[in-house]
Amino acid sequence: MFDISFLYEAKDVKDAIKKLVENENSEIVSGGTDVLIRVREGKDAGMGLVSIHNISELKGVSIENDGTIVIGAGTSFHDITNDDIIKKYIPSLAEAVDTIGGPQIRETGTIGGNICNGATSADSASTMVALDACIVLEGPEGERIVDIKDFYTGPGKTVRDRCEVCKCFKIKKENYENYFGYYFKYGKRKSLEIATLGCSVLVKLNATKDAIDDVKIAYGVAAPTPSRAVSAEEYVRGKKLVDKNLLDTFADKALSDMKPRNSWRASKEFREQLIKEMAKRSLVNSIRRAGGKIEYYV
Amino acid sequence: MNYIGKSNLRVDAYGKVTGKAKYTADLAPKDSLIAKVLHSTIANGEVISMDVSAAKKVPGVVGVFTCFDVPDVEFPTAGHPWSTDPKHQDIADKKLLNQRVRFYGDDIAAVVAENDVAASQALKLIKVEYKEYPVHTDARSMLNDKDAMALHPNWRKDNVIAHTSFKSSDDFDYDKAKLKAIEEYGEENLIEVVKNVKTPRISHCHIELPVSYAYVDSNGKVTVVASTQLPHICRRVVAQALNIPWGKVRVIKPYIGGGFGNKQDMLYEPLNAWLSVKCGGKPVILEIPREDTMIGTRTRHPMDGDVRGLATKDGKLLCRELKNYSTNGGYAAHGHSITAKCAGIFQNLYKNPLGVNSEAWTVWTNAPTSAAMRAYGVPQAVSFAETLTDDICFKGGFDPLKFRLDNLCDENLVAGGVKFYTYGLKKCLEIGAEKIDWYKKREAYKNQIGPIRKGVGICSFIYQTAVAPIALETASVRMILNQDGSMQLSLGATEIGQGADTVFTQIAAESTGISPDKVYVISTQDTDVTPFDTGAYGSRQTYVTGNAIKECGLLLKKKICEYALLMEDEDGIKGKKLEDLDVSDNYVIDKNTMEKLIPLDKLSTTAFYSFTHNQHITAEKTTDITTNTFASGCTFVDLEVDMPLGIINIKDIISVHDSGTIINPALATAQVHGGMSMSLGYGMSEELILDPVTGKAYNNNMLDYKIPTAMDSPDFKVEFVVMKDPTGGYGNKALGEPPTVAPAVAVRNAVLNATGIGFNEFPLTAERLVHEFKAKGLI
Amino acid sequence: MSKKIITLHVNGKDREVMIDERESLYETLRNELNLTSVKKGCEVGECGACSVLLNGRCVDSCIYLTMWAVGKDIVTVEGLRDEENDDITDVQKEFIKEAAVQCGFCTPGFILKAVEIVGHNKPYTRDEIKKLITGNLCRCTGYMNIVTAIEHAIKHNMDKLGVPYEVMPSTTSFDVPEDEKDKMLESLLAMQNNDVTKI
Repeated sequence: MFDISFLYEAKDVKDAIKKLVENENSEIVSGGTDVLIRVREGKDAGMGLVSIHNISELKGVSIENDGTIVIGAGTSFHDITNDDIIKKYIPSLAEAVDTIGGPQIRETGTIGGNICNGATSADSASTMVALDACIVLEGPEGERIVDIKDFYTGPGKTVRDRCEVCKCFKIKKENYENYFGYYFKYGKRKSLEIATLGCSVLVKLNATKDAIDDVKIAYGVAAPTPSRAVSAEEYVRGKKLVDKNLLDTFADKALSDMKPRNSWRASKEFREQLIKEMAKRSLVNSIRRAGGKIEYYV
Repeated sequence: MNYIGKSNLRVDAYGKVTGKAKYTADLAPKDSLIAKVLHSTIANGEVISMDVSAAKKVPGVVGVFTCFDVPDVEFPTAGHPWSTDPKHQDIADKKLLNQRVRFYGDDIAAVVAENDVAASQALKLIKVEYKEYPVHTDARSMLNDKDAMALHPNWRKDNVIAHTSFKSSDDFDYDKAKLKAIEEYGEENLIEVVKNVKTPRISHCHIELPVSYAYVDSNGKVTVVASTQLPHICRRVVAQALNIPWGKVRVIKPYIGGGFGNKQDMLYEPLNAWLSVKCGGKPVILEIPREDTMIGTRTRHPMDGDVRGLATKDGKLLCRELKNYSTNGGYAAHGHSITAKCAGIFQNLYKNPLGVNSEAWTVWTNAPTSAAMRAYGVPQAVSFAETLTDDICFKGGFDPLKFRLDNLCDENLVAGGVKFYTYGLKKCLEIGAEKIDWYKKREAYKNQIGPIRKGVGICSFIYQTAVAPIALETASVRMILNQDGSMQLSLGATEIGQGADTVFTQIAAESTGISPDKVYVISTQDTDVTPFDTGAYGSRQTYVTGNAIKECGLLLKKKICEYALLMEDEDGIKGKKLEDLDVSDNYVIDKNTMEKLIPLDKLSTTAFYSFTHNQHITAEKTTDITTNTFASGCTFVDLEVDMPLGIINIKDIISVHDSGTIINPALATAQVHGGMSMSLGYGMSEELILDPVTGKAYNNNMLDYKIPTAMDSPDFKVEFVVMKDPTGGYGNKALGEPPTVAPAVAVRNAVLNATGIGFNEFPLTAERLVHEFKAKGLI
Repeated sequence: MSKKIITLHVNGKDREVMIDERESLYETLRNELNLTSVKKGCEVGECGACSVLLNGRCVDSCIYLTMWAVGKDIVTVEGLRDEENDDITDVQKEFIKEAAVQCGFCTPGFILKAVEIVGHNKPYTRDEIKKLITGNLCRCTGYMNIVTAIEHAIKHNMDKLGVPYEVMPSTTSFDVPEDEKDKMLESLLAMQNNDVTKI
């Protein structure tokens, strides 16, 4: 049994907020794949759980008239990967969440939890950062929308208040239209992994598909929070695909934007090598998906 | 043979695919109390005091027991046969709970409660005051610190459990042999490799956790139902730990969800029994969480060996040396036996014309206790020997296959009373080479450049089938003929997933003539019921217990035939002599004419209910085996190294085994798959990492400790060289452990072939690869 | 925390159970309904031994609250049955035939996952199967025969659907022909079906 003081099944978002406000020592549980483990470890033992597990308004993916894609925070990774809208417009997100844990975890784990736990290693995070997603939060004071670049404040920390429910994520059309992406997860094994490093790239090529219009590259675990490599992005804009220095310089710039550290999981030296090599491979794969031709050994 | 060499389906498969097969936790009484263990948060020191007052107040808590409450009895935990000679007994160095803390995670207190939440809450409320001592988590650092405190001063002052030196001759000295070689061949005609090799601390990762429940039965017998590989040894150790007569303990072993040697130690069964006794004999269940299992039970020994080897420039291996420091952790458990076995295999795998020295130290350290794990020191032995071979070949430009064919031990090897009664090692190499297309690939993979490179590699091994003559090998078997001509097969040897019950059934069928579908093997061992056997360890059961089954079966058959002679009214019996009769396919037959004389069901019903010749036909047999035969084999790997990312992609892998007659090829093949997978974990991803300062494990969970997933597992190829070994019951030799030996090192040697870098620290993680490639300017 | 009486739909039947809200589905199924095929291996959703089918898809019941399962269709291995033939399922048969079972502790979880996979009605490759079963860990088999068993079960389904599908040829010369395995399975099932529960 889990050492919790209560379990409350919220009827809707407002109900959840009310319960959270009433009980200082309580937190939200959605899929349970993080929170229940923290309870078992003793970190969150004794807390009350306000469950948003069965709130249907938080689930599913839709597209608004202006092309904005809306992903319910309670949508499971499995459902995102298999969603037609996601597959059509942002397949790299489908791929990214399909690398989380194993299939069983992806069945119950939700994207809301993955983003809100604040982990730099969260596999959805780097792609959402690359997509410039917005996060819709609702709290006792009402609703607010936060850009993902302003969302993370430190390792495991976000601007979300304990009493705020993450309702959904919005991705504007201009942030995905004509972009082709690739998510590269590097782990010590091929599945059931926490990322040693994650790298998500989105590329927009010019009309003749021989030069780069725009690139967005974001990493997980290369810094305390999921982060964009801004100078690398700036460097490649407008560059021709035949440019011999394109990949190496892109990788060097990406590395200069990141702050990898030493830990027992991976040395700084190793992470640096991964940051560079994954930048290249993710860019190459994205370019190829966009219909561009670029030479590389993989 | 009718039933040997046939791929019978597992006798327990139906129960296991339908969820009917019961494991320990499935059988625990509903009203069992729940026990949890408190582990130390320091790696070396003493518990000065414990305050359990708050813990005792948690509603639902039945009892809190600390290291100050347990009997002052130190007991041995190894799953070895007991020795009546005190000099050969296992080291008794562990109490049920320990006030003297030797590693981070040592057992210092236990809580028994009505539910798991209460037990967890109580654990958190126990206040512990420690006195801390300096920490040494590995053998070398312990030995290098001359002031290091003795962890078990009653046993050793220097923390060295044992130090042995196996030499080809008493006066062998590597340096002298080298001088002799220089004299004979000239220094310019010699190749020498000197290096250090390190092997990882591996967790067994059986999917079923260590679990037991204990109660005192209505006759006052302390009963433990446990997931153990060796119920009879468990009984002895529980009795020793509780200081009660051995017969006062009963151990029952249902199906177990894997052991791999971890459950060859007595882990928590003695503590569980004691907790039940302290709670008035009520049933108490003790299931060890995964995190605690990985640090608090047992691991494979991390070894750290200095290796040297000398060969001539035309590919003749001359002499070798290993100085191996084996990290044993906080408690002795199996003592020096694993490191000694490692040393023996290193010594004997090759011919050493100028000699060999295999020296080893087993050292108590402030680390999780290392003990038995599948293949018992031999993966480490080949990590030393077979990386040395390939480094010599690389340096000398020799073909590693040809070098092995020229220098590996031959059929004349005799070592410590063990020999090759049948020798298939070189045949294995030939088959493997052909299947992997060795010579063609070696040629194709020459002079590669670029970031993606290919390589092929080999590793070979030899393996002692049983533990004789060093240790006792004994097994008992009982057969009972039922009224319908079927039989019960009862033995103390255990099914732990390896398929023992199925091959036992086949052996019983072969030896009795009763078909396998009428052989009911009793899978649950109960020390009050089943005859004695030391249990599942080594690769002994099919060899040792198999011999006992065969002899018991022949005895039962003789009794059946003798009874048949009493049934004179049956057609064809009159005038027959015992030597004319046999049993085949559930009939007594005339073995000369193969004529069916009496069906067994009729014979057994008659025997049971006859007024004139009433007899319950049973047989019981104990055999002790004093022979021991070498099994052998090899693995070949073809792989690709993605150098910028340090990723190894296995393209093809084949293991070939010389294990005598294969009793059940399908199950044997499956067992080889599992061993190969386990070895690839050792070779590429698995290591339990400790903080060297605190001794705390970083990755004691299934997410951070990397056993292979399905995606990490290539499709395995398996072949056997079948030769009937004269000492195996039906010609069989070891197979349970050998598959776990070679694949890791074959991978390492293939990476050497691909990249020119010989890695000497296992596992070959991407990080280690990238580090070396960068250091060598390859990426 | 007080106990609650809830109704769970398990293995085709509504079952009223008294539970503590803090319970995981794993605990309720084992302790209240005696469905002991649901196993504990890690308690954190890594090993998959506690897998159950929830509305036809596998979840780790150790990190799934019982309360969340109310109103959902729960299936454990005890509830698997090929109703049409009154027999165990093709997946279970193939696990027996292909020697995909060793210690058997991970087996119920793998079987449920395999049932889900076969139910997708897709001609998965071995690599795809491997990815689909990575939520289940096995230490005995190296996954080799498990993947093969699932391939064979998919093959039966594809045959029914009329979709061409090839299983990987055996990787040992010690393999037994399929028809021989079928015969052995038939006699094994005959033995099982003679058992007292069927009389």
